[in-house]
Amino acid sequence: MRDRGRILIGLLIFLILMTFPVWYNALNGVSVMQEPELATKNVPGKDKCVNTAEYMRQNHMNLLNQWRDTVVRQDVRVYTTVDGRKFNMSLTNTCLDCHPNRENFCNRCHNYLAVNPYCWDCHVDPQDPKVLAAKEPR
Amino acid sequence: MISLWFSIIVVVILILIPTIGSSSAALQSLFGIVIPYAAIITFLAGFVYRVLNWAKSPVPFRITTTCGQQKSLPWIKNSKLEAPHNAWGVVRRMALEIFFFRSLFRNTKVELRDGPRLVYGSSKWLWAAGLAFHYSFLVIFIRHFKYFVEPIPGWVSLVQSLDAFFQIGLPVIFLTDAVILASVGYLFFRRLCDDKIRYISHAADYFPLLLILSIATTGILMRYFFKVDIVNVKQLGTGLLSFNPHLPQGIGPLFYVHLFLVCTLIAYFPFSKLMHLGGVFLSPTRNLANNNRMKRHQNVWNFPVKMHTYDEYEEEFHKVMKAADIPLDKE
Ligand code: HEC
Ligand code: HEC
Ligand code: HEC
Repeated sequence: MRDRGRILIGLLIFLILMTFPVWYNALNGVSVMQEPELATKNVPGKDKCVNTAEYMRQNHMNLLNQWRDTVVRQDVRVYTTVDGRKFNMSLTNTCLDCHPNRENFCNRCHNYLAVNPYCWDCHVDPQDPKVLAAKEPR
Repeated sequence: MISLWFSIIVVVILILIPTIGSSSAALQSLFGIVIPYAAIITFLAGFVYRVLNWAKSPVPFRITTTCGQQKSLPWIKNSKLEAPHNAWGVVRRMALEIFFFRSLFRNTKVELRDGPRLVYGSSKWLWAAGLAFHYSFLVIFIRHFKYFVEPIPGWVSLVQSLDAFFQIGLPVIFLTDAVILASVGYLFFRRLCDDKIRYISHAADYFPLLLILSIATTGILMRYFFKVDIVNVKQLGTGLLSFNPHLPQGIGPLFYVHLFLVCTLIAYFPFSKLMHLGGVFLSPTRNLANNNRMKRHQNVWNFPVKMHTYDEYEEEFHKVMKAADIPLDKE
């Protein structure tokens, strides 16, 4: 075919697009994820999550959804863990109580996987620089 | 019907292999590393081979399908898109075809009504479902880049956040997940429900649809119902595509099923009708300008034929013909 040149160019573009992750990784290097910081691992009373670590890693968003629905729809605010501990079902007051630094905990994983929860549009993170700045006396 | 059952059985086997196999730690590196690399290589090599093969085949003449008046005399209105006469027209026609599936838009349906009357009607379902399916697939494809690169480029996050636009549920529902199930489901049942289409359907038609349906289903199950540790999944993905593969422990079997089905799809791709991904650009009925009467197209592959014109013939057999009283041109 007389269009062979054009076909080859098209094929080349296709191959470059298809192998995008390969050369992107080769140019940028692959940074590994920093493990989320467990601030309260050694603080007595705060050394265990509301469920097993394995469960939390994979299912914390489902748990949060369940908490949200129970609080907002049924006005039930107490969550009892499998081993009998009781927690106030609250994003800010409970999760962030043991995981105070959102940047070094939640966001290490979330940035690694392009997760961007919209919760913080409304819910307060007391350590958020923007919140701290707003608190400052003017 | 045999072709349908054949496809179903093949897909079930393809699901069972990694379900059983990935429970053994030794085989996990087969499913997690060896098979993905083999599938990617097959895909790229097969694709290049097919396209080069097409590039080699001779297309000496303009065989465009025309759906409108071609360019002729200046006072006859010509159809620039339906019978493009220059490169720009072809580019526009191809763009409409590739981005909007224009020829599917013309899909018609024949029905025998009471009477008996034969009626033709326009049928846009195939076009709508095809378009919805392909665009969902593209968005899902782009979203998956996040599992292979770190840092994640902004446009990947952007596509993902648009896909999660309505913020329904947690994890937020991706619109394309719903759309791809609905559209592939339609494309599959379309083949089953209409006798005429079922008659012309082969295993090569059912199998890719079922395969894509299973891939979408396993992906959706993993995201919304039976979670897997996707931090580990990403470590596997980035490892593979930076040629430093290592296998994190504790990724569930559902992930290996998903991965194995994807590997099957991409390895099968170059040898199947899915090659229309490349083929759509190379269809001579679409990508040639309809200028048969404006330009003379000579077959460059023409074998030099030895000619013997009638004049020469008459000259050669002049005497014999004359003797037999055959009328001669040169008299
Ligand atoms: C009482 C303190 C406490 C509370 C409340 C708490 N966590 Fe935890 N969380 C921990 C500890 C301690 C760990 C580490 C557990 C381990 O390694 O066994 C942990 C682990 C996790 C992990 C897994 C991290 C990893 O690296 O594997 C996630 C995700 C998580 N928590 C999310 C949450 C969320 C979301 C909430 C609110 C619903 C919450 N936690 C509430 C103490 C807490
Ligand atoms: C539009 C604003 C808004 C957004 C966005 C939002 N919430 Fe809420 N959320 C609320 C309000 C209002 C309440 C009720 C507070 C109360 O009754 O104490 C609430 C309550 C909750 C509660 C229980 C009470 C508490 O103190 O935490 C949880 C858990 C929760 N939301 C989780 C989430 C999660 C997870 C997200 C993100 C996926 C989210 N919310 C996004 C407004 C919002
Ligand atoms: C071990 C890593 C990890 C940690 C730590 C973690 N997350 Fe997540 N989170 C994820 C992953 C991965 C997803 C996406 C899951 C998916 O797409 O299936 C996610 C999703 C979510 C979602 C759903 C968002 C969406 O748009 O679907 C919310 C809400 C969320 N995380 C809240 C939190 C909060 C709050 C914390 C900190 C207290 C936290 N996460 C800590 C890994 C983590």
